[in-house]
Amino acid sequence: MTWAERISPAVRAIPPSGIRRFFDIVAETKGVVSLGVGEPDFVTPWHIRESCVYGLQQGYTAYTSNYGLLELREEIAKNCAASYGVNYDPRKEVLVTVGVSEALDLAMRAILSPGDEVLVPEPCYVSYKACVSLAGGVPVTVPTRMADCFRVTVSQLEELVTPRTKALLIGYPNNPTGAIMSKAELEGIAAFALKHDLIVISDEIYASLTYDGAHTCFASLPGMRDRTILLNGFSKAYAMTGWRIGYALSNPDFIGAMTKIHQYTMLCAPITAQVAAVEALRHGQCNMLRMVEEYNRRRRLMVDGFKTIGLDCFEPKGAFYIFPSIKQTGLSSLAFAEELLKAEKVALVPGDAFGESGEGFVRCSYASSTANLSEALTRIGRFVKKYI
Amino acid sequence: MRELLELLEKDHTLTVAQLAVMLDKPQDEIAALIKQFEADKTIVKYQTIVNWEKAGADRVTAIIEVRITPQREVGFDAIAERIYRFPEVRSLYLMSGAYDLLVIVEAKTLKEAAQFVSTKLSTIEGVISTTTHFMLKQYKEAGVILEDEEEDRRLVVSP
Repeated sequence: MTWAERISPAVRAIPPSGIRRFFDIVAETKGVVSLGVGEPDFVTPWHIRESCVYGLQQGYTAYTSNYGLLELREEIAKNCAASYGVNYDPRKEVLVTVGVSEALDLAMRAILSPGDEVLVPEPCYVSYKACVSLAGGVPVTVPTRMADCFRVTVSQLEELVTPRTKALLIGYPNNPTGAIMSKAELEGIAAFALKHDLIVISDEIYASLTYDGAHTCFASLPGMRDRTILLNGFSKAYAMTGWRIGYALSNPDFIGAMTKIHQYTMLCAPITAQVAAVEALRHGQCNMLRMVEEYNRRRRLMVDGFKTIGLDCFEPKGAFYIFPSIKQTGLSSLAFAEELLKAEKVALVPGDAFGESGEGFVRCSYASSTANLSEALTRIGRFVKKYI
Repeated sequence: MRELLELLEKDHTLTVAQLAVMLDKPQDEIAALIKQFEADKTIVKYQTIVNWEKAGADRVTAIIEVRITPQREVGFDAIAERIYRFPEVRSLYLMSGAYDLLVIVEAKTLKEAAQFVSTKLSTIEGVISTTTHFMLKQYKEAGVILEDEEEDRRLVVSP
């Protein structure tokens, strides 16, 4: 038996991340203007970094409770109550994790039994389906379309739900499409979850980056608080990607189960990052709003840019991505991304990295300077002209 | 319009077309606003921040605390005007505290700056005393860190 054959079948079965694959191609090219970055281009605001340094000076270097620093959990609960009117007990219903990625993995492992199905609207964040599979579940893809503004509809869900369906995993505002869901649409989904007795895992990491309207927190909908595992974190809103701090909010049973896994794997999130996260929640609102304002301006620039280029493009209402269709060029997403990289040295991410439903699209991040975005748009325009 | 002014303060090379798209307003509205701001001196000047040390130019900046006797009816303003009219004076502020005016003077040499203080500034009627400090190094100017070491450390492609 080879070494490769000794790898667990579950791990062998999941494909490597499409983003990773494309990164390897990009890494060999020099002088690239990148729209491929899924993280803020702002550095973590100085007051947050400074609080971490101060924390270290104060001797914050030990383990914290498995649940996370109580101080941080209290701030998280307070913030959620103030923003969405949903109250959680910081002692039993809040878990601080190593990024939302860990929280997602914990949620899946805590609730799934082998063969349980999870409905996953697509295109979606690269980890969603893999986390379901790794936890022994079966991801059931719910394809969304540009014509529906990449929103999932109840009728689609009704078609795919089976007696084995245990949960629904949604991520709005969405990475990679920038789609959001209105309150009314989410209410429809909530009724569907109630009807079929489903758990809803709602990844709201981009909640603060919602433009032209307020974000609806799924747990705030009637009857959804205890049925929902709400995931959020500090990476996007506070430009803290490398700190790896996320959190999960739910009823004490789900949070308790997730904490059990967490304590045997991570033990706790790094204390230095938790100290910084407390500062972010206490004093970071102004900086956050300034960043959101800036993303919003760039978003308009990108929508206008793609309109001028002539590619079909849905107007994103959240996150910091735009997801134009490249079907008119006749190229596949990967071919488009590779050819563009070769011809014009612009990096973006092929849509199929986010599932089959992403084929025919590319993800462009506007977490970059205005000058970079303008340059990238000029180059993409020049490239696309050869095909349409 | 605060947003427009903020954008221009940060980068005045943005075109009217770009500004219009970013602010979701018609181009002619943006152009008219800019014209109006320029006319009423809300926008005073478009300026480039230069790191002169890097450019290899020798310059001396003196920061001078000035105590003055306020004058009837005009208070500090008349003396302030006499001072700020000198081309050597880069900035002038009325202060609270131990002194009245803070004058920032730029000269080619130390001698030139000292001469300005002794022959022009101190001799103005109403100036009681001056305390001159010479600037040794400039780290930040108008909100911009001059030797910013923070670069984009992100991977070129990430999820």
